[in-house]
Amino acid sequence: MTTNGVIQVGLYLGALLLLAKPLGAYMARVYQGQSVGLDRVLGGVERLIYRLSGVRADGEMTWTSYAAAMLLFNLAGLLAVYGLQRFQGGLPLNPAGLGAVTVDSSFNTAVSFVTNTNWQGYGGETTMSYLTQMLGLTVQNFLSAATGMAVLAALIRGLARKKADTVGNFWVDMTRSTLYILLPAALVLAAALVWQGVPQTLAPYPTVTLAQPTSYDGPQTDADGNAVTDEAGQALTEKVAVTAQTIAVGPVASQVAIKQLGTNGGGFFNVNSAHPLENPTPLSNFLEVLAILLIPAALCYTFGKMVGDTRQGWAVLAAMTILLVGFLIPCLWAEQAGNPALPGLGVSQAAEDTQRPLATAGGNMEGKEVRFGIVNSALWATATTAASNGSVNSMHDSFTPIGGLIPMALMQLGEVIFGGVGSGLYGMLVFVILAVFIAGLMVGRTPEYLGKKIEAFEMKMASLAVLAPCAAVLLGTALAVVTDGGLRTIFNPGAHGFSEVLYAFSSASNNNGSAFAGLGANTPFYNSTLGAAMLLGRYVVMIAVLAIAGSLAAKRAVPASAGTLPTHTPLFVVLVMSVVLVIGALTFVPALALGPIVEHLMMIG
Amino acid sequence: MWQQIRASVVSLLMLTVVTGVIYPLAVTGVAAAVFPSQAAGSLIYRQGHPVGSALIGQQFDDPKYFWGRPSATGPMPYNAAASSGSNYGPLNPALLEAVRARVEALRQADPGNDRLIPVDLVTASGSGLDPHISPAAADYQVARVARLRGLTEEQVRVLVAGHTQGRQMAVLGEPGVNVWQLNLALDEAKP
Repeated sequence: MTTNGVIQVGLYLGALLLLAKPLGAYMARVYQGQSVGLDRVLGGVERLIYRLSGVRADGEMTWTSYAAAMLLFNLAGLLAVYGLQRFQGGLPLNPAGLGAVTVDSSFNTAVSFVTNTNWQGYGGETTMSYLTQMLGLTVQNFLSAATGMAVLAALIRGLARKKADTVGNFWVDMTRSTLYILLPAALVLAAALVWQGVPQTLAPYPTVTLAQPTSYDGPQTDADGNAVTDEAGQALTEKVAVTAQTIAVGPVASQVAIKQLGTNGGGFFNVNSAHPLENPTPLSNFLEVLAILLIPAALCYTFGKMVGDTRQGWAVLAAMTILLVGFLIPCLWAEQAGNPALPGLGVSQAAEDTQRPLATAGGNMEGKEVRFGIVNSALWATATTAASNGSVNSMHDSFTPIGGLIPMALMQLGEVIFGGVGSGLYGMLVFVILAVFIAGLMVGRTPEYLGKKIEAFEMKMASLAVLAPCAAVLLGTALAVVTDGGLRTIFNPGAHGFSEVLYAFSSASNNNGSAFAGLGANTPFYNSTLGAAMLLGRYVVMIAVLAIAGSLAAKRAVPASAGTLPTHTPLFVVLVMSVVLVIGALTFVPALALGPIVEHLMMIG
Repeated sequence: MWQQIRASVVSLLMLTVVTGVIYPLAVTGVAAAVFPSQAAGSLIYRQGHPVGSALIGQQFDDPKYFWGRPSATGPMPYNAAASSGSNYGPLNPALLEAVRARVEALRQADPGNDRLIPVDLVTASGSGLDPHISPAAADYQVARVARLRGLTEEQVRVLVAGHTQGRQMAVLGEPGVNVWQLNLALDEAKP
């Protein structure tokens, strides 16, 4: 790795950890109902929402009514996004004249955005009208993130409260997350992105005259527009001259800002943040990739603050950060090493950092952008899959086998290394409960976490939360590779084709949303099976987590004694990391062996 | 239950107005007022007509121009209305075939230049619209462009240097040469 690479990664981690405390403290005030400054501006809007929707801001909920509210709210969002796609052809703000999206694709996309997955089976600029992007997708970017944060707030209260029946109010948590955290952060980031060159306009796509006219082989058509074929039935082609370039634009910055901050990841354009108008400069890239992990990292501090012991939050953040760096290094190394088949063709993949006229990032540049090079592509791939963001700034499908294994494995670990906003930390706390339980077994004591006894009910729910996404990944992949519908749209041959399918189900079941994009996923088979995987991976985990929250809230606190395992020490950090890695490895190594591992052996063999 | 359904629908509607209407329109308004050029797509005009976006690459395959990254968009390269990468895996025979063909085309356009070709010049970009090549990839092409335009290599190098962007703030990203703007300058210097 180059010196500059080390500096860029160091700057990134430094900025992330520096921001965690101030933002985390601010978010703790949001969830504890305290004044946050912004409520002087937006307090009126907040109270108006409660009044019109009949919500009492001080009305506490049991975990079951909290879960019911969450599910109903998400169902309403799902129906809205589905309807907007089906009727966009007749609705305004559609300058490109895009028609209704198909039933299966609309279902998949609606599920995808409501579950904070933002898997995209479609190409943004060729499918979704401005209205759908704004009222459907952008809105769910906020609300699905706020839903995850609300569930986390409930779990934290469950840990912090003693002998309580309730875990908070879903409507208040969700509304305050949106108004006081996501909205202001998105406004600031969106403005910075426009400054760097991300468009923000409702005007139609501009067309420009090319400097050098070009041509391509297009299908030959007769007067009626039907394809012409020769005697053998082969379609005939003809030269089509190209003298102009139509440039897709739109309200891009506003969507990109929240898709990064809310760990959504659904891009405005097909290639997401690899697109020069979605991510134009290294600085926009730095801000976007920082935004991926910003709120998940800060929520660790929020957690520590709300349970009254910030060391607990730092311990969780330390485990996440160490795992992130541990995964980043092999990804960087593999991508910088490049593709061993290319030097034989007369191609140089060496990085040249010193002589300016000859500077080049080298490495595996297929599917990567020059302005980001290897370091920022690998850093983004690691961050976006450690978090359940799923946006990309390079094409993961074209990564080397080891480089592509890293993002896949990070998703399979359950999206708990930072993870989604809210969902990452509640997922990690489930692993913490598992770690406490395993430690308790080793010393023969009833496990406790933050003074709460961990008993059979919590363990059942924790197991359910860990196993549901794993089952969805493996069963979904298995189904796809034995059915025609699953096999037909695999793009790359051999082991890499299997990796495409495994990646897709890993991504959907863990609500990530990134893809090995060669796989043709906009088919009824993948739209429906991946949609089901997203629903399972999101709501089974959420309900299990809320059940844990309710059960813990009702318990009395056990005073710490000499036999209590401290959960803020380096020893415990190692224990949590080990539990995460061991469960992931036991579940997924066989599947990974069939995909990226065998591909790596073929590549070096 | 009825109360919860009402709360679902009403808060969804209210928050849709806030995050789906007011938020994007506020960003649009601020963008148009403060950064009008960027907000519209960083378009560049010549004689009042838009000739391209400063951020979006264009296809060049005439040897008198610098060539950019290969583009995997369809149906034509550098289709800025349908961005796409190739999505070829590293062992895909189609990838190796495509690289071989690009190497061949570069060698044919510049006989006698047997330097190793920088990798970004023969691999498709992620977006299919990458406006940049590495300085090394530009340097590889300097002799060819100079010869075909009747310029000295030194003159071309000066133009290349003028369109080379270093790391942003001296640290971030990687250096790159904006191919389309460089070619525009070449056409203006000596068509």
